[in-house]
Amino acid sequence: MEKARPLWANPLQFVFACISYAVGLGNVWRFPYLCQMYGGGSFLVPYIIMLIVEGMPLLYLELAVGQRMRQGSIGAWRTISPYLSGVGVASVVVSFFLSMYYNVINAWAFWYLFHSFQDPLPWSVCPLNGNHTGYDEECEKASSTQYFWYRKTLNISPSLQENGGVQWEPALCLLLAWLVVYLCILRGTESTGKVVYFTASLPYCVLIIYLIRGLTLHGATNGLMYMFTPKMEQLANPKAWINAATQIFFSLGLGFGSLIAFASYNEPSSNCQKHAIIVSLINSFTSIFASIVTFSIYGFKATFNYENCLKKVSLLLTNTFDLEDGFLTASNLEQVKGYLASAYPSKYSEVFPHIKNCSLESELDTAVQGTGLAFIVYTEAIKNMEVSQLWSVLYFFMLLMLGIGSMLGNTAAILTPLTDSKIISSHLPKEAISGLVCLVNCAIGMVFTMEAGNYWFDIFNDYAATLSLLLIVLVETIAVCYVYGLRRFESDLKAMTGRAVSWYWKVMWAGVSPLLIVSLFVFYLSDYILTGTLKYQAWDASQGQLVTKDYPAYALAVIGLLVASSTMCIPLVALGTFVLHHLKRGDTASVA
Amino acid sequence: MLWLLFFLVTAIHAELCQPGAANAFKVRLSIRTALGDKAYAWDTNEEYLFKAMVAFSMRKVPNREATEISHVLLCNVTQRVSFWFVVTDPSKNHTLPAVEVQTAIRMNKNRINGAFFLNDQTLEFLKIPSTLAPPVDPSVPIWVIIFGVIFCIVIVAITLLILSGIRQRRRKNKEPSEVDDAEDKCENMNTIENGIPCDPLDMKGGHMNDAFMTEDERLTPL
Repeated sequence: MEKARPLWANPLQFVFACISYAVGLGNVWRFPYLCQMYGGGSFLVPYIIMLIVEGMPLLYLELAVGQRMRQGSIGAWRTISPYLSGVGVASVVVSFFLSMYYNVINAWAFWYLFHSFQDPLPWSVCPLNGNHTGYDEECEKASSTQYFWYRKTLNISPSLQENGGVQWEPALCLLLAWLVVYLCILRGTESTGKVVYFTASLPYCVLIIYLIRGLTLHGATNGLMYMFTPKMEQLANPKAWINAATQIFFSLGLGFGSLIAFASYNEPSSNCQKHAIIVSLINSFTSIFASIVTFSIYGFKATFNYENCLKKVSLLLTNTFDLEDGFLTASNLEQVKGYLASAYPSKYSEVFPHIKNCSLESELDTAVQGTGLAFIVYTEAIKNMEVSQLWSVLYFFMLLMLGIGSMLGNTAAILTPLTDSKIISSHLPKEAISGLVCLVNCAIGMVFTMEAGNYWFDIFNDYAATLSLLLIVLVETIAVCYVYGLRRFESDLKAMTGRAVSWYWKVMWAGVSPLLIVSLFVFYLSDYILTGTLKYQAWDASQGQLVTKDYPAYALAVIGLLVASSTMCIPLVALGTFVLHHLKRGDTASVA
Repeated sequence: MLWLLFFLVTAIHAELCQPGAANAFKVRLSIRTALGDKAYAWDTNEEYLFKAMVAFSMRKVPNREATEISHVLLCNVTQRVSFWFVVTDPSKNHTLPAVEVQTAIRMNKNRINGAFFLNDQTLEFLKIPSTLAPPVDPSVPIWVIIFGVIFCIVIVAITLLILSGIRQRRRKNKEPSEVDDAEDKCENMNTIENGIPCDPLDMKGGHMNDAFMTEDERLTPL
């Protein structure tokens, strides 16, 4: 008697699981950056167009495939065509790479969360130097938040080649992060289904609290106005459109196999069209919502730094010319500077090189993305708020929820094909398979806790998933539309859900989306080829800032291996299946 | 004669306390920054208090217990509120070495700050670096404690889930064998329920029907 496939307890669990997976760190730390770089409010135009043209159709396609085939990615694509099970294998390989490095972010979030229970916050003050007469030199040159990130958290080495050893503190946090993920996936959909209630909804609670706090901060409106003012000329910039398409593509998590895995646990009659539209709309709405919060925080930070800069200049002038304390204010600064320049020219010219030009615009212009935004810029803003411990705890708790939600999807993409395969699931129970996967990932993830670990993290972040995913989703779309047959797929869906597939989806699947993906693929390839050698940002402790360096040869080899190991699965497995098929036919022919 | 002496003394004083003189230190106060509306005005009485604090600090140095307020000289007071000061020896001819003054001030900086309601940033002795307060380092860092708590909770939860999963599976393994026994019992019951035991029927392999026997006898034998 065959064991029934586990199901989600109710459709809400499935929707929450998809939201929890799709709404991740990228919504918080990549979208605001793109919005700022490509024209503020006017970036929303290409973003929404790409959502409707690319995001929704591809999401619907993946959910429909998963729900129809009722298997993980490998089984699903094998059913569509035996030669294309390589697509499933490639998805699993990419998911494996992703889960290896993604959980390190959760480890860092845990580290910052545990450090938020101190007064004062450890990243708000510089540590003292050896003889207690001043602050640590590296901390003075950089800022206290950068110092805490680069020195205390990562203990980063000056370049990729200097490996250093495994740092025990981040290693412990990584171990804890994997234990938490194991706890959530231990029982399959039974446990995952309950956890996603929290990982999907709690980040919104925190975002709403932060929105209210952010909008009431001093200087928040500066940030909001600056960022959201549409710069219409950016609409003509092709990079804006390409980045909008890329953001939608990666933000929804297409091609990893997680969506197929989640949908395979659905009742066959679920309305996956409705689910696809809901999930993609919520994902985009969250991005925009998070960017409002981010920009108000930016505005606060920029205003704070600008006013600090003005205070420093005033103090410098007051001390040099022995003016009355409190005489110089922001409003009369320029006048007094002019007066001093004319009255004491020699003294003024001495002190002039030290006078910084304070500009609110240049503070607002510092666009940051990725871990820099989350762990440096945000912490800098938080340390200046009142009751900063509370805000810090809330913020890192939200980051954790977002990260763990995405990890649940990643691990589901790896585990579902493994538990579907009869060979493995007959020998090992589900808990043991999950435990093995977590253990292997944790062991390999220790690489990212070494001193040079953050550089390897950047390699994985930039190259492990980008090109491979584009190829995978392209092959997926072509497979469903042309190999399996669009008409056959449409009648399958109609039989399964009882609803006809509208012409819009058919046009998108067969024509528009593949074309878009091909153009994205061509753009990425040409970008890599044109830039020549790949470079990375290394932290220079003596200067207290990032410097650009070239990747050494073995790092380039690793990058090539990352991309090749997932993309080559598709042709290799197809070739393998072809050869096996011929051998079998040859056998039967000789027997007969 | 007395006037001459007076001028001589003030002249010497003026030479001893000068901006940039040997063993002289510049002091800078930012009273308005520190106290805002409650700022007090800097007048000669405040200067007297300052001299007293410096003299107090010097008296704590061995060999300098005889320092008086009149040995401390102030000059060049600006509206910034900054000025220079020197400490002279009892003969008022030489200034005390800078190193001694520096050590004395450093040891008593907190008292001096407190007397003026200021802190290290708003009452600065240029060239005398203040000893910064070392951070409070608990024996066990706080983050380790919180980490330990969460770690233990997660391990306990995982163990509970695994154990309950093993128990569920054992129960499921017992259930199929129970289901099989029940099915056998049902079969046995069926054979008895019909009233006629099937086994005897099978084993007999044939049974003479009495009805047919009597009919044969009624027919007339040929």
